[in-house]
Amino acid sequence: MSEATTRHTDAQQSGVVQVTGELIATRRVGAYHHLTFVAPGLAELARPGQFVALAVGGDTSANLLRRCFSIHKVSPSGTYGGTVDIVISAVGPGTQWLSTLRAHDEVDIVGPLGRPFPLPKEPVACVLVGGGYGSAPLFWLAEGLRERGCHVEMVLGAATESKLFGVVEARRYADGVSVTTDDGSAGTKGWVSDVLAEVIRRTGAAVVYGCGPMGMLKSITDVAAAEGAVAQVAVEESMACGIGVCMTCVMPVRGNDGATRMVRSCVEGPVFRGDRVRWDAFVDGECRVPADTVGAPRVGGH
Amino acid sequence: MAVDMSVRLGGATLPSPMMTASGCAANGRELARFFDIRELGAFVTKSVMADPRSGRGTPRMAETPAGMLNSIGLQGPGISAFVDKDLAWLKQAGARTLVSIAGNTSGEFADVAATLRSSDAFDAVVGVEVNISCPNVANRGLVFACDPMASAKVVALVREQLPRDIPIFAKLTPDVTDIVSVAQACVKAGADGLTMINTLLGMVIDTDRLRPQVAGVTGGLSGPAIRPVAVRAIWQTRAAMLEGRLPTVPIIGVGGVRTGRDALELVAAGASAIQVGTATFNDPSAPVRVGRELSELLQDKGFERLTDAVGVAHGRLA
Repeated sequence: MSEATTRHTDAQQSGVVQVTGELIATRRVGAYHHLTFVAPGLAELARPGQFVALAVGGDTSANLLRRCFSIHKVSPSGTYGGTVDIVISAVGPGTQWLSTLRAHDEVDIVGPLGRPFPLPKEPVACVLVGGGYGSAPLFWLAEGLRERGCHVEMVLGAATESKLFGVVEARRYADGVSVTTDDGSAGTKGWVSDVLAEVIRRTGAAVVYGCGPMGMLKSITDVAAAEGAVAQVAVEESMACGIGVCMTCVMPVRGNDGATRMVRSCVEGPVFRGDRVRWDAFVDGECRVPADTVGAPRVGGH
Repeated sequence: MAVDMSVRLGGATLPSPMMTASGCAANGRELARFFDIRELGAFVTKSVMADPRSGRGTPRMAETPAGMLNSIGLQGPGISAFVDKDLAWLKQAGARTLVSIAGNTSGEFADVAATLRSSDAFDAVVGVEVNISCPNVANRGLVFACDPMASAKVVALVREQLPRDIPIFAKLTPDVTDIVSVAQACVKAGADGLTMINTLLGMVIDTDRLRPQVAGVTGGLSGPAIRPVAVRAIWQTRAAMLEGRLPTVPIIGVGGVRTGRDALELVAAGASAIQVGTATFNDPSAPVRVGRELSELLQDKGFERLTDAVGVAHGRLA
């Protein structure tokens, strides 16, 4: 790839690149698609928990909003130069377009974005919990944790077996793996939160990392708190830009000062300490502004 | 020879006609990761009000054909934190700044302008954009910009608070029967220019849940889908200026600009400067990319100066 396709002035300083990514591999994995792009300059900057924002549909697309995906893995110096892998679920027009791409098709990619998972300073035991393809960033995280001497266990859950992602990989990356499905088609019948407490207790885990739907992240946070572990969760809020300018991906989070603010999950997240998120605000597919939020609407509303 | 892209807006001369659009660019730091914001004619900040505001709950947006609907609720830090942190940052970054201000009452607009004027970073300000497309608490929430009298009152009060050499631009909504009458009222009240257009009021229903898709129920429609509305509004207002129905003042064109071709459309209709809004979500470098494309297009068409192309379509009616 030439420099002309990497539109940034000083990537090391800004920590982000906007590149034309060339698709070099796409394959179906259960209910999902796993895509590998050549993305010069991105891999070197990326850390587990960060995400990329992809433009969809080409230059004249009627779908203007970026689609954001957590980074499944990166390879700074593969045969093709640096690559980035993502896992998508083709459910809307943007992801369906991505799923139909073929090798050598090009996609505008911005990344890495957001804050990565914080890593423990000590080699403590950790449990990594993924719901559906929310597990995508956890293998790369597991690798980093084990390099630090951490004991790593994974808990993967989904509605049904085809919606699990990475069970085989998990056995390679983790010291122990538990699987749950809502319908019992694989592993234990039930939710990840049903088995999580036992895993935390057995391993003495100090940190629980989670990635998946909001309801699951709340229950992970509750279980971790009850077992005396810290939860670090990567949220999935819908985003229009991924870079902090559209203000659509906000959620109520308590800061160090104890005050709740509507913060952008793209720049202040996507990883938050679970006990800082105001889970009480998420009701029936909406997120309300808690009354004690800084600048909350007064009577009469905004 | 390169096209002279400089533009005179009120007292200020800007080296480029390109700007971000308020609410589509945050307050500088985010886009500075993608391009040198000093390349812009001006950086337009997110509308700021007197006090901190959380904005609305989520969902705040819905994707629509060639556009989006948003309902943010003017989330922001309040004018004091804005001048101390955001404007100070823009100043040290060397960005010419067009500050967008908003208020629930005409008095709040004036208070925000007064705090802005007295701030240490005020010398970074090349103009003030008055976002009159927000609900007027004193008039049952009717948007100021839908009422020429209310618009004029806001503009006059803001004008009093700012030095003469700081131009103020009234940002107009297209959701009116006669946009020219609102433009007339604003200019008469002291606006040095007009920014047009703001979003159109729209609504999307989530057909899975059969309820409004954004938490705020209605929202502002933006993106390429609304560009013909912007071209029309700019055309009508420029035509009124040419007919002498209101003084000739610069128009900052905004609405659905994604490429240099789109920008040229607004320029030919009468815009002297161009803001890029929703397209920035699709391409973070769009505000400067569109400027390069516009410059190349003007060169191809034989223009030596951008100003020679402003409103050029009015003289070429078939």
